Amino acid sequence: MSIAVTTQIICFSILSLVIIIGALGVVLLESIVYSAFLLGGVFMSIAGLYLLLNASFVAAAQVLVYVGAVNVLIIFAIMLVNKKEDLEPIQNINTRRISTITICLTLLSLLIRVDLSNVWKLASPNSSIGEESTTRIGEHLFSDYLLPFEVASVLLLMAMIGAIVLARRDVMNKDISTGLPVDQELIEKASEPLLMKKK
Amino acid sequence: MNLESIPLQAFLTVSSILFCIGILGLLNSRNAVRVLMSIELMLNAVNINLMAFSSYIDNNLIQGQVFTIFVITVAAAEAAVGLAILLSLYRNRVTVDMESFNLLKW
Repeated sequence: MSIAVTTQIICFSILSLVIIIGALGVVLLESIVYSAFLLGGVFMSIAGLYLLLNASFVAAAQVLVYVGAVNVLIIFAIMLVNKKEDLEPIQNINTRRISTITICLTLLSLLIRVDLSNVWKLASPNSSIGEESTTRIGEHLFSDYLLPFEVASVLLLMAMIGAIVLARRDVMNKDISTGLPVDQELIEKASEPLLMKKK
Repeated sequence: MNLESIPLQAFLTVSSILFCIGILGLLNSRNAVRVLMSIELMLNAVNINLMAFSSYIDNNLIQGQVFTIFVITVAAAEAAVGLAILLSLYRNRVTVDMESFNLLKW
């Protein structure tokens, strides 16, 4: 894939703008639903950046996993916990905000200084494998990265079982010693005074 | 494709800005779902960095892209478990306000 230089620069600028403005929207917007949909837009633009970097496989994985799975999961979680609640005001919230923004800006200036002042040892563009990257990723995954690849599958299985166990409601619907059915609500209510903060 | 047109520093700057926005959201938001979204933003910033380095510095072996695949895998697992924890927290406390999860506060 060879696009003209100007087109590349224009694509890069548009994608970066969408990423940064979308990320700011995710963080700052009042409504959490808008944030979730903007997050999907940010993920799509990041996939576009990957396409600019000649990595079509990772771009496809990004769209499938982030937009197709993680974002949908987040939207489902919002639907499940979306209750209008009046948040108690925190005292000295302004101090907190100012210190957070200061920390972020300081970190940002440090990072950008490193980015711009360091001399990166760029490889020559002639050695680039370009469109062959999917083949090369496959070679990596089944030769020198075989063990991490297999461990990742175990990790995904563990995460799946863990998520089911954590999110399931009727974990103990039978008492272990007597075998009689137990009301789960009672168990949750019994631990409530422990969990709720005493005013 | 010759990548000389866009400098490497542009990609690094975008990812730095994205990472800092993620930290801002992580520290500043009170909704637990938004905190998880900020974590995803930060992971994506790291991914952009890895991809940029992989195609500018290591453009023959592209190990950065393999790393990105693994980061995406771990991020998906993290999101699933994180949201499950959030659901069970919500079931117990009937709120998603980060300020009310203070059982371990000294």
